[in-house]
Amino acid sequence: MDLVVPIIMTLIPAATPILLAALGELVAEKSGVLNLGVEGMMLTGAVVTAAVMLITGNVWLAILCAALAAATASLIFGFLTLSLSANQVATGLALTILGTGFSSLFGQPFTGKAVPLFRSPFPPELATHPFWSVIFGYSPLVYFSLFMVVAVWWFLQRSRPGLVLRAVGESDISAHSIGYSVIGVRYMAVAFGGAMAGVAGACYPLMLTPQWVERLTSGRGWIALALVVFAAWRPFRLLAGAYLFGLVMTLEVYAKASGGGFRILPSEAWAALPYLATILVLVLISMRRSGSTSAPACLGKPFVPTT
Amino acid sequence: MRFKFEKRPEASTAMLYLTPVVAVIVTMVLGGVIFSLLGFNGFGAVREIFLSPLINAYKWQDLAVKAAPIIIIAVGLSIGFRANVWNIGAEGQYIVGAIAGTGVALLTHQMSGFWILPAMMLAGVLGGMAWASVPALLRTRYQVNEILTTLMLSYVSIQLLNYLVFGPWKSPTSFGQPQTVLFSSSQALPYIIPGTVVQANVIVTLVVVLVAWFVMSRSVFGFQIRVVGSAPQAARHGGFSADRTVWFALLVGGGLAGLAGILEAAGPFGRLVPQFPTGYGFTAIIVAFLGRLHPAGILVAGLVLALTFVGGEMAQTTIAFPFPAVGIFQAMMLFLLLAGDFFVRYRMVRVRPQTAPAAASRPETA
Repeated sequence: MDLVVPIIMTLIPAATPILLAALGELVAEKSGVLNLGVEGMMLTGAVVTAAVMLITGNVWLAILCAALAAATASLIFGFLTLSLSANQVATGLALTILGTGFSSLFGQPFTGKAVPLFRSPFPPELATHPFWSVIFGYSPLVYFSLFMVVAVWWFLQRSRPGLVLRAVGESDISAHSIGYSVIGVRYMAVAFGGAMAGVAGACYPLMLTPQWVERLTSGRGWIALALVVFAAWRPFRLLAGAYLFGLVMTLEVYAKASGGGFRILPSEAWAALPYLATILVLVLISMRRSGSTSAPACLGKPFVPTT
Repeated sequence: MRFKFEKRPEASTAMLYLTPVVAVIVTMVLGGVIFSLLGFNGFGAVREIFLSPLINAYKWQDLAVKAAPIIIIAVGLSIGFRANVWNIGAEGQYIVGAIAGTGVALLTHQMSGFWILPAMMLAGVLGGMAWASVPALLRTRYQVNEILTTLMLSYVSIQLLNYLVFGPWKSPTSFGQPQTVLFSSSQALPYIIPGTVVQANVIVTLVVVLVAWFVMSRSVFGFQIRVVGSAPQAARHGGFSADRTVWFALLVGGGLAGLAGILEAAGPFGRLVPQFPTGYGFTAIIVAFLGRLHPAGILVAGLVLALTFVGGEMAQTTIAFPFPAVGIFQAMMLFLLLAGDFFVRYRMVRVRPQTAPAAASRPETA
């Protein structure tokens, strides 16, 4: 019990950026667009958050700017892949390279400076007891991510625009022929994915690190991409998967801090664990699925309207 | 007068080779404007980055040395990209190649002989191949997407490198510095032009380019790769195995990345240090596309990207232009090239209202 509370309190914040980024990517992929630029957009969001926080100190403004900046970046990707039907894999990689370059350039003046934490919105008295702290002790970003899981699920499964979005991702030609704008829907889905990746990036300076350093997200954007596959494009499985990864990443934190039982493996092995776990999970998923995949039918394929 | 875009009956070869050149030129102009608007000396930076290394003859050796590993990796990746095999973890195969070659160097440190360096190279190639064989196995056996596995493994390789240089491979005489011992004279790459920094890796690069060009354009094997990538249906009917192509693409990509890794460790670095991973594996992706997946094109594109690195360092010292901005120039090149692909497939035609009155009243969707 002594260990359970701190582990939960570490794993949930650690999982939150992956969850947010993966939710955004899930919506984009449901509309048929594979955006491999998640890592770049997260870095953009993270650096913008740190910059706005250190200049203005306004946390809401910082998160808003992060979402807008990453959504703008995603629209560059959108213009190339949707309007010019460029290759989605290559363009996504280009977006990650751009985000990495942009963030290391504009992050230079802010590197290593402490960013004030975005603390729990609840009165601290509520979180004094360990049991209640597990419920009330997190940054608002954590509660936002949980809200978004439900919101994305409701949107996709219960709302009419969500149905249109899924139709566009499953059969772009049919959706087009009954009068829906395939490209328009995909633009919005890509922009939503970008905004969510931006907020995911904001989690690092606001609750995890809490500062900007170069390549802060260290590949978590790619883990988010893998998580969407793991979750078979379902929001609630995404939540479970993200917390599972949160646990793996927490082991790394504990291995670095404590030693003890963790000494059986060098600290580098613990640091490599989330990436190895991702590979393992991808293998297990495709072994079980054997043949038919649950991926949206038009994923990654450009759509060219023939008037 | 109105224009619309119309799909070309066949992809334009002229545009295919023209667009990379245009992408680089537009990057220079657009980059200059954007960085000027951001308050930097934008056009000064463009001049330093793209021009200064070319007009200063003593910088040419730096260009060759920087371009060598990027070109070797990009040649390997281009073969995979042609077959639609997306190995984006060349950085990891590059690191593991260097680790494997360094392993041989540490075992043979007390020995001397001409065979040591070739043995290190071989170990580097095998190390890169071994690292790439994991995604190949997972893709062919379990249909696991190679994009994610190759990339995840490159993060793992960085941890492996750190473990070795901070732990068992740390030099006893380095005063606690995390680094291996310096390679001996039979282990370091020889200099081929006296008085310069040009080492044997430049020769190896040229050989790799020539061999790749020959294999891809003259052999059945290269034909098979191109068919599997561009016409998978036809490839199946022709009896070309998709699995074998995946294996081949990843092993060649990994092997060449591994070779580049050990050449870099035995060349400019002379030992393994934690700073060894420099992102060449990712730069090589840009080079492969900018070079249109053709060995000769890659040779030129590799020199252009090397130009941005060497010039970026010059711009930093001469006009205090921040070096990370180089990454933005590189990303812009790739974006503009991918945008330019549109003109390979489409052409602009004039819409004549009198022949198509119905089309004129309809909103354009192209």
